[in-house]
Amino acid sequence: MLGKTADGLFWMFRYLERNENTARLLDAGFRIALTRADAAENEWTSVLTTIGIKQAFLEKYERMETTHVIDFLLRDPSNASSVTSMIQTARDNARLLRTALTRELWSATNECWLTLRELLAHPVRERELPFVLSTIQQQNALLNGTLHNTMMRNEIFNFARLGTFLERADNTARILDVKYYLLLPSVSLVGSSLDNVQWETILRSVSAQRSYHRLHKGDVRPREIANFLMLDLRMPRSLAFCYSKIVDNLTHLAKDYGVRQPCIEQAETVFAKLTDRSIEDIFESGLHEFIQDFIRDNNALGSQIEKDYRFYG
Amino acid sequence: MADLKNVFDEMFGTGERHREPYRDYHQWFESQDTAWLHRKSDEAETVFRRIGITFNVYGEEEASERLIPFDVVPRIISSREWSRLVRGIRQRIQAMNAFLYDVYHRKEIFRAGRIPIEVIASNDAFLPQMIGVSPPGNVYTHVVGVDIVRTGENEFYVLEDNARTPSGVSYMLENREIMLQMFPELFARVNVQAVGNYPKNLRRSLGNCAPRSYEGTPVIAVLTPGMYNSAYFEHAFLAAQMGAELVEGHDLRVVDGRIAMRTTQGYAPIDVIYRRVDDDYLDPLNFNPQSLLGVPGIFDVYRAGGVAIANAPGTGIADDKAVYSYMPDIIEFYTGEKALLKNVPTWRCAEPDALRYVLDHLAELVVKEVHGSGGYGMLIGPAASHEALVAFRNKLEATPSKYIAQPTLSLSTTPILTKNGLDPRHVDLRIFVLVSPNEIHMTPGGLTRVALNKGSLIVNSSQGGGTKDTWVLEE
Repeated sequence: MLGKTADGLFWMFRYLERNENTARLLDAGFRIALTRADAAENEWTSVLTTIGIKQAFLEKYERMETTHVIDFLLRDPSNASSVTSMIQTARDNARLLRTALTRELWSATNECWLTLRELLAHPVRERELPFVLSTIQQQNALLNGTLHNTMMRNEIFNFARLGTFLERADNTARILDVKYYLLLPSVSLVGSSLDNVQWETILRSVSAQRSYHRLHKGDVRPREIANFLMLDLRMPRSLAFCYSKIVDNLTHLAKDYGVRQPCIEQAETVFAKLTDRSIEDIFESGLHEFIQDFIRDNNALGSQIEKDYRFYG
Repeated sequence: MADLKNVFDEMFGTGERHREPYRDYHQWFESQDTAWLHRKSDEAETVFRRIGITFNVYGEEEASERLIPFDVVPRIISSREWSRLVRGIRQRIQAMNAFLYDVYHRKEIFRAGRIPIEVIASNDAFLPQMIGVSPPGNVYTHVVGVDIVRTGENEFYVLEDNARTPSGVSYMLENREIMLQMFPELFARVNVQAVGNYPKNLRRSLGNCAPRSYEGTPVIAVLTPGMYNSAYFEHAFLAAQMGAELVEGHDLRVVDGRIAMRTTQGYAPIDVIYRRVDDDYLDPLNFNPQSLLGVPGIFDVYRAGGVAIANAPGTGIADDKAVYSYMPDIIEFYTGEKALLKNVPTWRCAEPDALRYVLDHLAELVVKEVHGSGGYGMLIGPAASHEALVAFRNKLEATPSKYIAQPTLSLSTTPILTKNGLDPRHVDLRIFVLVSPNEIHMTPGGLTRVALNKGSLIVNSSQGGGTKDTWVLEE
């Protein structure tokens, strides 16, 4: 398989994943903006910080107004992380590596692009937002379902999945990075209603409200939330889950190629940090430091994969 | 030009009754509800858009990916007509490859005085770097798209021999695919020869042209200029269908005297490159030094027999419009037979007598640039305004050698589906030919291009042309 193709697959699926994450963060932020006008500005600031585009936003707009945030995140062509920019890039990549995709997966990608392009051709009004966001998620679900149902489990699949899980781990970690202070043990003593809303927002931004409540019978506690998002291997957006998948896919590649590249060692080391300790150990040694280390390690792994599999030359 | 009365229509001939090849289809058509057919037609467009079968238009920001309009009424050719075309094309392609070998080796045809040497001496399509080079199996034109036009029951002409990097074959395949999806019952009723084997045949044909250096199965790659090229969809499509890699220049380099592609496991050698990049851009060391699309040193590897390039560099000299006019002589010289398929009579404006004739009859003729393609830069006399004729006359007088002229052929028509039912439109036909050392193979079918504007003779997709599925009937 061409290095260029591996690169294209990896980034195509990173962008698709990032798109879905953006939709989810918008959904959670919008809920706050609707129900607690006074907290809106704060919430939008943390959403933009999570995505890493707060600076870019403030260069364009003076205040965190909901309509501006929505437009910037969904359809601003000058924002490389807007949904329209990212679906365009993902689809360009798909076009570039069309030979590696099944006909069905290419069609799903193309249709996703056509649908979102039409949907986001004009500014999205607030009352249309829920529909728009759920369409973005549905289109992504179609695409991922098609990937699973039509693609062979080979190197092509592996590089696509590596992109998905590296991006997803990054996103969950960034949410934690911005909101970590809400999860510190001292906070739970306060137990105000504002905290409850904040915690629900965190769960909402990783689509895990229902799973969490099912698991904990409605008892929302920061320790449990941190554990759920970081270490729970059953939760498909947790750091540990993402890394179990990353290690799986890298192991598959190593077997397929008959060569263990340095990146697999790196991934196993990160995975071990998520499985060999309890959430208490992590609180003990510092939640924020742990998350920041994780984000750094995750980025380093991405670069190592690009190098080991000759994405660029 | 809107007068279609004396034009040969392939469904109805020159009368009211349908011709024999269309009997079964016509019967079926008569029993269909037109509104339903129109819905099917819309459906086809949706499918094409979803699959992303598009071509890129240069110089347009918005909507730079366009669909080629598709008409649901097939163009039908009888097996007898087809075998006649096959014989004629086979003879022509054989002669063409012999001519190319001769041009780059002993130049017998010029020594024999059958063609003046000036035709190649001052021709940009002649590639001096190819002199003395023998491609594997002496195959130059691995893939050819021969454009055929028809003017009557038994009148077929070769309009152009596209022997460089002809495109359109993906439309032939996708058009059939969509027809099978939309009208399955039709194919149960009419026995149509399949076209779907083309990618398999292309793979085999290219594999048979590999240099002898490879072991096991030859590795084939499709070399594309990239996703912004107008035919990118086709490059990706063919690579996928053949199970070949789709590469760009920057994926390749010379490793140990062979061409190799950068894979996730290091560099892997390639035996055959099906290139869709023009000669000039192939190798910045040997040709255009500005090119970023090619591979430095690929031509040296090629010359040393380390890789096959399809089509061979320098084939452009065989489909050049100036050389085209000599095709009957070329066929006779190399095969000893008269040409089976007609050439369109051609005036070479470089010759003073011809130029005088062309200037005197400009309003009746089609004038083309010798090196032009895609229907650009041509004059269709009968349809041109007075101003256009005057402007063209000036161009002709300034640089006559840049032009050739041909009579305006009364191209046959085939009906398309319009709001008012069937309505005739002019068509041409591109037939795809695969050449390997032991075989010249033609897929029974081809790409029918249709001028959607009533009376228009221009079938190019960039200028209001559409396509149709092309059926060759079983015997």
